[in-house]
Amino acid sequence: MLLDIITNNSITAPSEPWWKVVYDFSSLTKWVDTSLHSSMSSFWATITEMLIIGVLILLFYALVGLFLVYAERKVCAFMQNRLGPNRVGPFGIFQTIADLFKLLFKELVPIKNADGFLFNLAPFIVIIASFMAIAAIPFAKGLHAIDLNIGVLYVIAVSAMGVIGVLLAGWSSNNKYSLIGAMRSGAQIVSYELSVGLALITIVIMAGSMQLSVIVEAQRDGWFIFKGHIPAFIAFIVFLISSTAETNRGPFDLAEAESELTAGYHTEYSGIKFAFFFLAEYINMFIVASIAATVFLGGWMPFHVGYWEGFNHIMDFIPPFIWYIGKTFFVIFLMMWFKWTFPRLRIDQLLTLEWKYLLPINLVNVLIMAFIVLMGWHF
Amino acid sequence: MASIMFILFSAMIVIFSILTVTSRKILRAAVFLLFVLVSTSGLYFLLNYQFLAAVQLTLYAGGIVVLIIFSILLTSHISQKFESSGWKKNIFSAIAALTGAILCVITILDYKFSATSQAAQEVNMRLIGKSLLSVDYDGYVLPFEVISVLLLAAMVAAIVIAKKGAPKTIGSPTLNQE
Repeated sequence: MLLDIITNNSITAPSEPWWKVVYDFSSLTKWVDTSLHSSMSSFWATITEMLIIGVLILLFYALVGLFLVYAERKVCAFMQNRLGPNRVGPFGIFQTIADLFKLLFKELVPIKNADGFLFNLAPFIVIIASFMAIAAIPFAKGLHAIDLNIGVLYVIAVSAMGVIGVLLAGWSSNNKYSLIGAMRSGAQIVSYELSVGLALITIVIMAGSMQLSVIVEAQRDGWFIFKGHIPAFIAFIVFLISSTAETNRGPFDLAEAESELTAGYHTEYSGIKFAFFFLAEYINMFIVASIAATVFLGGWMPFHVGYWEGFNHIMDFIPPFIWYIGKTFFVIFLMMWFKWTFPRLRIDQLLTLEWKYLLPINLVNVLIMAFIVLMGWHF
Repeated sequence: MASIMFILFSAMIVIFSILTVTSRKILRAAVFLLFVLVSTSGLYFLLNYQFLAAVQLTLYAGGIVVLIIFSILLTSHISQKFESSGWKKNIFSAIAALTGAILCVITILDYKFSATSQAAQEVNMRLIGKSLLSVDYDGYVLPFEVISVLLLAAMVAAIVIAKKGAPKTIGSPTLNQE
């Protein structure tokens, strides 16, 4: 198979060095596609491809979820000068797997006087929203489930659906704490979505496209955060703040403020249904971080500096997937750092921050960026 | 493949539309409406008009349904259930709905759909943006501006309603007496 890829590519582009050929997944995916289509009808080939991608994304989802929970506990422990999980396996790396089994075996407590249909539906809405968003993310060159020409807009649109699950969970639990948590979360997500969108639009202006693969390709000679001067940096900061708020993570975790609302909207959930909410929170964080990495930090594109050929070639040796994962986990680390450093905001402070500070800053920022692009002042 | 997906989406739209108007619990009705809107955006994806599909998801599913759910959360209790309407109401609303449906069907059957042999094309974002702001013959700048005036009016109205301590004389006197 490897030989096949290399020979295929060397015919079309003989000037490409071998490592670029091996790191390029598009020939592998094309090979899978053509071999499936040659062995069965196009209908069943499409079905099989959908199944393969679904299983791969599910596997990835589970692995990332398990790892992020472990990482969160370790980072939290590091910030608080503790050790964190250290009993199960070396450095406690099997702790989350043990937790997973515990959650799987726990009883699903039925709630009297709750709206059963909506109560059971809510975790699925939350998890489907994050599942749909992950499909549009480019992991490496050619390793991309669907490359929509409105990629950025699609990710914003789909991840906004998660709030409906949160609202339904809060209401159908028939519990005042849950309801208050859901209301807070709704107000918060609806208002911070604006900032997320505007911060991404700032970069879309620079890239001239919403397609994520084009955005990554446009960062070949430098990441947007460096190419776009100060406005791109401001947009990055605003995106970090507002996306942390959108994923309901501390310091914006009013929806589940444990000191006042027990656990907010998922108070009444138990077992695997609770695990769905828990997992979706971490996957949403991962999606947000990978969007930040893709749009601002170049996605899978290695660190390139303008026309320094030698330096760029050395950077190309590191596989794109490693670059992508590295950048994503860097952003995730920043978000965990926020969570364990800042105290929780009050709801009025939260809304003031969005409507009186972030939104005006963002609007002016978009204007400045459009002006810079118009004058051609960016690199 | 496309026809199977089309049948699936349209069946979902029909079933959930009926459930939306027949459900006695108001939040369930809102959720069924959400399913209708999401399936509609699925149809747009099927047509390869991804921009409209994403706008459908953000505006209708992510915006309007969230607002509806929000207002339900604020105003109604979980035990609340609508009483079934009387047979008179049922008959008249059925007649109204049937008339609307028949009118739609007649109009659709009247129209001569000319099938093209071309495959569905991806609509470029630049094209949408340029034609929205173009003043040429096929430009949409006038509707675009008129809609933004409408939006501005709605926003001003919302601020006036929500404003504290507004003078009593604004608006109709009957509204202020409550």
